[in-house]
Amino acid sequence: MNGILRHRYAATVIIWALLLTVPVWLPLFGGYTALAGRILVFALAAMGFNLLLGFTGVMSFGHAAYFGLGAYGCGLFLKYVMASTWLGILAGMLLGGVAGTLFGLLLVRRRGVYFAMVTIAFGQVCFYIAYKWDDFTGGYDGLRGFARVPLDFGAFKIDILNNSTAFYFFILAIFGAAAALQALLLRSPFGRTLLAIRENERRARFLGIPIERHIWLSFSISCFFTALAGSLYALLNNFADPLGLNYIMSGNIVMITVMGGMRAFWGPLVGAVLFVALQDYVSSMTTNWMFFVGLTFVLVVLFFPRGLMGMLQRKADA
Amino acid sequence: MLQVVLFNLTNGLIVGAFYVLMALGLSLIINLSNVVNFAHGNFLALGGYFAFTLTPYIGFWGALLISPVVTAVVGYVIEQLLIRHVYARNHIYSLLLTFGLGFILQDTCRYFWGPSPLPLSIPSSLSTPVTPDLFFITWYRVFMVVVVIVAVSGLFALLRYTRVGMRIRAGTLDLDTVSALGVNVAALRSYNFAVGSYLAGLAGVLAAGQIGLNPNMGDDLLMPSFIAIIVGGVGSLTGTLLGGLLIGVAAALTTVVLPSAAEAVIYVIMAIVLLLRPRGLLGEEGMLS
Repeated sequence: MNGILRHRYAATVIIWALLLTVPVWLPLFGGYTALAGRILVFALAAMGFNLLLGFTGVMSFGHAAYFGLGAYGCGLFLKYVMASTWLGILAGMLLGGVAGTLFGLLLVRRRGVYFAMVTIAFGQVCFYIAYKWDDFTGGYDGLRGFARVPLDFGAFKIDILNNSTAFYFFILAIFGAAAALQALLLRSPFGRTLLAIRENERRARFLGIPIERHIWLSFSISCFFTALAGSLYALLNNFADPLGLNYIMSGNIVMITVMGGMRAFWGPLVGAVLFVALQDYVSSMTTNWMFFVGLTFVLVVLFFPRGLMGMLQRKADA
Repeated sequence: MLQVVLFNLTNGLIVGAFYVLMALGLSLIINLSNVVNFAHGNFLALGGYFAFTLTPYIGFWGALLISPVVTAVVGYVIEQLLIRHVYARNHIYSLLLTFGLGFILQDTCRYFWGPSPLPLSIPSSLSTPVTPDLFFITWYRVFMVVVVIVAVSGLFALLRYTRVGMRIRAGTLDLDTVSALGVNVAALRSYNFAVGSYLAGLAGVLAAGQIGLNPNMGDDLLMPSFIAIIVGGVGSLTGTLLGGLLIGVAAALTTVVLPSAAEAVIYVIMAIVLLLRPRGLLGEEGMLS
């Protein structure tokens, strides 16, 4: 037990050391800092999703909806209401999170395939709204005409608009806060209850745990995290894309989580690194990138269903 | 006005018929194997492209007969190679697998037949209008509806009167018992997947004659098919049939009044059904929930 614990702390320390020094070492591998920002955003989205999949044992194939709503909420706020980065993030998070909370009410009694299908369909609803409502959302072309605003702390300013390194650390700070919050949540009695539901739902029900309420809460919290990631995505690109709402994005979020390892806390981050690197590499090599991305999906499902972290953990335990 | 309504009504019936063909295939696979086949729209595209390649040699009618069979064989092989390995696992894996498979099939179509749209030539006897007054009702449209009716009747007859069909129905209700009675469930699921792919392929040929071919032609039909199944009730094929027609006609009639809301109405119907009758119109309580 002690050995495993030390193992996990070591992993956390290594991960943070790597994340904090990204601007130093990433250029050496030919990467650029915005790429690291993209990885963190996807990692955060997948981490939020993994609260549901990995730690509650409930799947959703429609998390793009909350990711995309986060992005549009943030973009629309910055464009039409007020130019404030913080409030924009909050607006995006609220839009996606509240939508998820409401959808969750309709979903909680469903399980299995049915649950997945309904989440997919709900995701597409948001896609169609963004797609059709041209005047407000920009329709097919996406939402433009807003930009992140430098942070003003009174005594000093941080120019996250023009300084990409500063913006990376801004994303990293939010990512860190969200990760810490999720770790706390998983250690709390609430988090333990979610694990119990994942392990044996019937047994948990016999113990008197209100299953539906817990799944609903988990779904809702998960949507808030994913919407936060969506807000950051809009800030990263200064653009909100309707494709961010499409079910293909949902599939990507699931894939990132599974690739990294859905039973591991840092799995989604590892998955995001693998996924973004793969997508970037393949789409620069060939126009038939869909074939190779699809092939990766198939191979991961058939041969590496535990993901990279799952395989490492298994090796460490053995 | 009558013309407009009639135009949209026939449109709705035809679109609904496509949803039905797609959704019935998906529904068969969901019921027996618990797999939501994300690649189903790509099987539809494959059916259309096979017809495109076959038409110069055996004509449209030959392609209409052969192309869905080829699609079914491809479906059978893919089930054997890939999909059967995830039946016992968490649903998330079958979703991811078929999702990736859809990417692969779409790019495969693009690789062999090119990214730009292609036309599928249909016999000239089918492209003329039935009467000059109702110019929009071509014989092809009538023909499509007839083919769909024949195919759906054939499917229901297959399920009702053949041994395989009875086993598929029984397996939908209680797979463990069917297996305990000595039925080879693995083989049954493969046949079932092939039947589902056949329906997708058939829809592909019909659609190609009407709207032409492109590598992602099935994508637009996939989501309405999901909704047809949800509205009709997971586990009930009759429900899927009803759901498909209902949303097809509802979307078309909405076009008369408010064109921009045509697609939205599909989702509104789904939300209402989920709120008032969560198991779907004809779904059994407890089925897959």
